[in-house]
Amino acid sequence: MLKQTKYLTKRYGLDTSWTLETYERTGGYQQARRALSMAPEEIVSEMKAANLRGRGGAGFPMGVKWSFMPPKADRPHYLAINADEGEPGTFKDRTIMENDPHAVVEGCMIGCRAIGANAAYIYVRDELHLSTQRLWGAIRDARAKGYLGEIPFGIDYPVDVFVHSGAGAYICGEETSLLNSLEGRRGEPRLKPPFPAQYGAFGMPTTVNNLESIATAVVVMEMGGDNFSRISDLHEMRDGGSRLFGVSGHVNTPGTWECAVGLTLRELIYDLGGGPKGGDILGIIPGGSSTPILRPHEVVDAPDEGHPLHRWHGASVLDVPLGVDTMRNLGTMLGTCCAIVLSEQACPVLAMHNLMRFYRHESCGQCTPCREGSGWLERILDRIVAGEADIDELDRLHEIASNIMGNTICAFGEGTAMPALGFLRKFRKEFEAFVRTRGQSSTGRLTLETPADDRAA
Amino acid sequence: VSLKMPAPPAPRPSANDADDPPSSGPSVREPFVLSSDREPVLADILARYPNKMAATIPLLHLCQEQHGWVSNEVVAYVADTLEVPTSHVFGVTTFYSLFFTHPMGEHHVWVCRTLSCALNGADAVLERCRERLGIDVGETTPDGRISLHTAECLASCGSGPMMQIDKSYHENLTLERVDVLLDRLRRGRPLASALGDGPTR
Ligand SMILES: Cc1cc2nc3c(=O)[nH]c(=O)nc-3n(C[C@H](O)[C@H](O)[C@H](O)COP(=O)(O)O)c2cc1C
Ligand code: SF4
Ligand code: FES
Repeated sequence: MLKQTKYLTKRYGLDTSWTLETYERTGGYQQARRALSMAPEEIVSEMKAANLRGRGGAGFPMGVKWSFMPPKADRPHYLAINADEGEPGTFKDRTIMENDPHAVVEGCMIGCRAIGANAAYIYVRDELHLSTQRLWGAIRDARAKGYLGEIPFGIDYPVDVFVHSGAGAYICGEETSLLNSLEGRRGEPRLKPPFPAQYGAFGMPTTVNNLESIATAVVVMEMGGDNFSRISDLHEMRDGGSRLFGVSGHVNTPGTWECAVGLTLRELIYDLGGGPKGGDILGIIPGGSSTPILRPHEVVDAPDEGHPLHRWHGASVLDVPLGVDTMRNLGTMLGTCCAIVLSEQACPVLAMHNLMRFYRHESCGQCTPCREGSGWLERILDRIVAGEADIDELDRLHEIASNIMGNTICAFGEGTAMPALGFLRKFRKEFEAFVRTRGQSSTGRLTLETPADDRAA
Repeated sequence: VSLKMPAPPAPRPSANDADDPPSSGPSVREPFVLSSDREPVLADILARYPNKMAATIPLLHLCQEQHGWVSNEVVAYVADTLEVPTSHVFGVTTFYSLFFTHPMGEHHVWVCRTLSCALNGADAVLERCRERLGIDVGETTPDGRISLHTAECLASCGSGPMMQIDKSYHENLTLERVDVLLDRLRRGRPLASALGDGPTR
């Protein structure tokens, strides 16, 4: 159900929304002040009650993740915030950093207290200079006021926050790669276990949270975990609260909006995104490029009463609420909750080619199936696009993608293979026709024939 | 300093290879020195982390900002300053796409070519940049002013097509705007705003 909310985004659009003055005038830093005098377990249990699912892609419950940290011993703990925002189609964390950087700092303070850390590192991709500048500005002002430092608000619990800029590598969004990059190393993911909660940044127990997740912690503390969770239509499925939804591609008004969890793709595309442009929808990538594509005519097949999607049996996939578990049960993923819409004028072969080029470029190269597999996928697609491929090369694409699945150090492998298999399965006819006709069957482009208003196309 | 230098790695293949400076022969060039106004920044960077190695990426950024690219001398300086092996610094430099292992133009133009931008005309934007600058991706204009690159998704997907010029984002591009921006850049005129179009909504 479409329910736009203004918790996380309440300062968006205010004049100088990013300043300490505006932040405090609108209730800022009250929750950090409170949290620093609370017991860590109390904070963690609020977060568990909030059913806040991680906003970075995997949707892991944030409270549960915080509870994995060892009870504070004699070792330092760290909080690492993931603002690498590199998943194609995703442009939400950036809006928080630009509009409301103090909320990130306050979230970090709450997080630090909850996991027994005294320092938080916000890992921001280097390209986001405005975000980085706003975050550093917020940190500087909070330090000057004595909110960050040795005795924040006069409370004997030192907290400091730092920004760490990346240097152009999508893989550094993967949490263990991020930790290596934070330590000054090549951003190559680490084998798990050990998990970051045991052996994270600088070998110390570390929690990695997405930037939207940590900013939302402030909202949770403000309204209480259970109240937060109940904003969501999927409260019963333990997928709580409100979050940022985005849509880009072939829609009339792309953008991001904060809504209660439970929004459907139809509402996102038609009510918020202004409807598809360039005719009918070819497909929708629901949550960043690593999530398998859906086609608009698909319907839910869940006749079994025990099936989690039984309520939506027979309904269009466009009418299923966007949730971590609902999307998983549809065979795709919620991912970053930022959808990409493709119009029928766009060629699915070219779309897959674009994405596979991306993955080949961004593979860190540690695992053979991922490094070589992503290259093979791209090269076969090169041949298909050039009209040089045979029909059995489609099966080879399948085979290569399947062989990446489950055989790699990090989830980048699945993130490459799943969308590849999605395209191949859902557009089998189009791929076959493309190969047979050497591209004559295709529109031959990704852009629309008639550019909307004055946009380049 | 130079005693610690291992043989440098082969430079990354690029359209610019032909213009490579003789950085791989026996080097007689001056060691890199951080400018004095950057020294306090270095001190601030070192204070952020529990060890020196963690400063590798921020210090490389700082040096590249001064020098324009990461030369062997920069690598040696970073290794010396942070007390880490030069091989470590080479490894890091070559891993990340925003560190340059050879000289670059004064300004950088990055055109996003990933799916959401591609759906909205990124190819045309890139083509226009090529034409206007008279260079291909990975090359620098002969006057040494502008380098052209493609970029992977820059988190502006809702406002594509887009490009980044130095530190600023330019979004919802039309070909006319591309012309204006490149023209101003060439003539050394300020772009609309140093950090781009401002916050997204
Ligand atoms: C290849 C890859 C890229 C990722 N990129 C990001 C990213 O840019 N931002 C992010 O928050 N999480 C990213 N993740 C997910 C992180 O590994 C991690 O799950 C997340 O930061 C945890 O935060 P959360 O629990 O708050 O979602 C990525 C994962 C993979 C495998
Ligand atoms: S799966 Fe790919 S990106 Fe991940 S560690 Fe292996 S090679 Fe690197
Ligand atoms: S696809 Fe260009 S910014 Fe995301």
